[in-house]
Amino acid sequence: METLNYLNDGHGLASWLLTKDHKRIAILYLISITGFFAIGGFFAMLVRLELLTPAGDLLSAETYNKVFTMHGVVMVFFFLIPSIPAVLGNFMVPIMIGAKDLAFPRINLLSWYIYILGGLFTLTAALSGGVDTGWTFYTPYSTAAANSHVITAALGIFITGFSSILTGLNFIVTIHRMRAPGMTWFRLPLFIWAHYATSLIMILGTPVVAITILMVAAERALHLGIFDPALGGDPVLFQHLFWFYSHPAVYIMILPAMGVVSEIIQAFSRKNIFGYSFIAFSSLAIAVIGFLVWGHHLFVAGQSVYAGMLFSILSFVVAIPSAIKVFNWTATIYKGSVSFDSPMLYAAGFIGLFTIGGLTGLFLAAMGLDIHVHDTYFVVAHFHYIMVGGAIMGYLGGLHYWWPKITGRLYSEPWARVAAVIVFIGFNLTFFPQFVAGYLGMPRRYHAYPPEFQVLNVLSSAGASILAVGYLIPFTYFAYSLFKGEKADNDPWGARGLEWEIPSPPPTENFTVSPIVTEGTHQYVHPSQEAKLA
Amino acid sequence: MFKNFPLFPEAASAQAGQVDAVFFFMVAVTAFFSVLIAALVVFFAIKFKRKNEEEVGADIHGSLALELLWTIIPFGIAMAMFVWGAKVFFDLSRPPVGATEVYVVGKQWMWKAQHMGGMREINELHVPVGKPVKLIMGSEDVIHSFYIPAFRVKADVIPGRYNTMWFEPTKAGTYHLFCAEYCGTKHSGMIGSIVAMEPADFEAWMSGGKAEDSPVASGAKLFQDLVCVTCHLSNAQGRGPVLSNLFGHEVELEGGAKVIADEAYLRESILNPAAKVVKGFQPVMPTFQGLITEEQLLQLIAYVRSLSQPGAAPAASTNSSTPPAAGGRN
Repeated sequence: METLNYLNDGHGLASWLLTKDHKRIAILYLISITGFFAIGGFFAMLVRLELLTPAGDLLSAETYNKVFTMHGVVMVFFFLIPSIPAVLGNFMVPIMIGAKDLAFPRINLLSWYIYILGGLFTLTAALSGGVDTGWTFYTPYSTAAANSHVITAALGIFITGFSSILTGLNFIVTIHRMRAPGMTWFRLPLFIWAHYATSLIMILGTPVVAITILMVAAERALHLGIFDPALGGDPVLFQHLFWFYSHPAVYIMILPAMGVVSEIIQAFSRKNIFGYSFIAFSSLAIAVIGFLVWGHHLFVAGQSVYAGMLFSILSFVVAIPSAIKVFNWTATIYKGSVSFDSPMLYAAGFIGLFTIGGLTGLFLAAMGLDIHVHDTYFVVAHFHYIMVGGAIMGYLGGLHYWWPKITGRLYSEPWARVAAVIVFIGFNLTFFPQFVAGYLGMPRRYHAYPPEFQVLNVLSSAGASILAVGYLIPFTYFAYSLFKGEKADNDPWGARGLEWEIPSPPPTENFTVSPIVTEGTHQYVHPSQEAKLA
Repeated sequence: MFKNFPLFPEAASAQAGQVDAVFFFMVAVTAFFSVLIAALVVFFAIKFKRKNEEEVGADIHGSLALELLWTIIPFGIAMAMFVWGAKVFFDLSRPPVGATEVYVVGKQWMWKAQHMGGMREINELHVPVGKPVKLIMGSEDVIHSFYIPAFRVKADVIPGRYNTMWFEPTKAGTYHLFCAEYCGTKHSGMIGSIVAMEPADFEAWMSGGKAEDSPVASGAKLFQDLVCVTCHLSNAQGRGPVLSNLFGHEVELEGGAKVIADEAYLRESILNPAAKVVKGFQPVMPTFQGLITEEQLLQLIAYVRSLSQPGAAPAASTNSSTPPAAGGRN
């Protein structure tokens, strides 16, 4: 007879849709964000197909603009932002600190419903004719000129923002109040520190973008003069408000991925992290300084030179905590006991791609250079290195790492390694040529482009099709493992951490007896062994 | 498709070399650290490959010396990048005095330019090689961005205010002009050519323009047609302030505040006359919002500028409120 766990504890749709179990809610999120990822990916493929040729021949200009807008909106607000926190964080945060659930299980379920409601609004906008403002909704285009479903799409983002706020709130209270006895702050897994920092951004930043979006809707529907100069407004004000959230939002995407990578590097090097407190505090530093760099999006918008210089120097400063993390991860591998299982391949890929993505961000922080590359494909390449090379690699790495825990099944490791390599190759082929196209001067959001950019765009489109294959393979072997996968024991990787001490899949209450913590995570060399070694 | 396949953009302005120098420095730093990190990760992973299932890693927790090392060195490099980038930006945002001025208006989806000599162009801009050119730019509808990759310059063109940019072409030729800020359906069609010409050729081309088409002449005509002239007399007897020798000078407002009469102030005073009334005058002027186009506004401002002593006028400022701004006063 099968032991009772969260998956077989209750059957039927209602037991899932009305669940208060953080693990089941994580599964609800997993299914829905996978759906949104497929939708966003479909739009990405349309973009890459259109850009195979210089002329705008596959889609009309209007359709193309709607397609890239939906790609951005869906990927940013409905996939990247919720991905790691709402799926892996939801599942793992309580378990990793020795708690039975999040602090507010009902609010947790509510956040999923809000997310779905917001998603439905945005999809309605897409299906009823689309929205063509770009995911950035720049004014006065979005409020005065765009002739598409701006308000519906904007309301979708407004609504889904509350899901983000509630998740952040839940994590912060849980991490403060529900740690198991002995789980002191400096014994917390780094995944938890990353989620703590992320949650701070979620609850402090999201309300600002919510208000901004409401103002866009108000100006569009009621002609209140806020951003449109014809009504006495200031169009650049929108950019300040928008980026005040949307730059930190990039850290909402990347910080949890950094947390995942910290866990994976330790587990697959069988070694505790090098410089624990530097990694932990660098997450907080990124969350705090990240709020002070938004103006680097406005270097060519006529911002005061001195304001620009402040934003520029702070943008360089915010890169330092990221650099500290990369060096510490690298040092962690030194003298480890390293295995090349698929999660480790994703983590190593993350380190390489994030390093390139982060360093090319400095190009954009350098004011004189940003003038040239601003709004070109250089920017597109840079943020895809962070969001796809960073956040999605981290997400996939975490999904592979914890899949046996979440489902109780093992997937095909050889296939997983093949897929990781295909993703890495496809990613670089897709996005590296865009750095070159960007420095050559190809502007972003162009439906048609001068013929000299074609070779680079063909390479990019070819890479995108390889990348798509790389994403489809895990989907297949994950699905297969659910039915035919070998059963996983408590700790298939030989890793350390509370989540690996409980059965796979975990029982509904996570811990039958509340654990008492006596040391930090990933302590592979125990005091007794140390004595022996000495 | 393989015939014309550049990997690096042409450098055709005095600024291009400076921007490229920062770029190459940053590419070198990026390449160095990316290769270093990748090599270390791969080297460590292979050297410390797990030998048996029971093996665990060494008991190492960190090193303050190393942490300081890899904090301070990247910080130093980052600050060098900041200073260099800011220096280039400063130069790019300060047009030299005496630069040839051209008015540019962006609208969905075309670029219009008007030279001081009277030549007008659409989706083309002719400029002389070896001379600094300053563009004073406004938008009729949404935000656009004027971008010349070969010159490494770009500036947003924003409705409701003027932005400036400047460059000095160094090589004759025809270069791409792109709109870089997404502006709607035909955004990717809002492109054109920058034609850099040898000074003699440029003079010949400019002589095709008629003096009465110059912005100043057009502005003077508008000043008559819109009956501005009935209140703004050349002596102090009018209902409105005297406009000669106004541009670039300080004006005292009702309530005691002071403001410099620059493009932004003149623009505001034409479109929203009650906003900042000059001390001693009544707010009787009607608004011209919606009655004149962006181009006509620029022409009126050009005319008012022409009423000041030559050389007395400061450079156009970009920002309507807080100086100093990009392209701010010299």
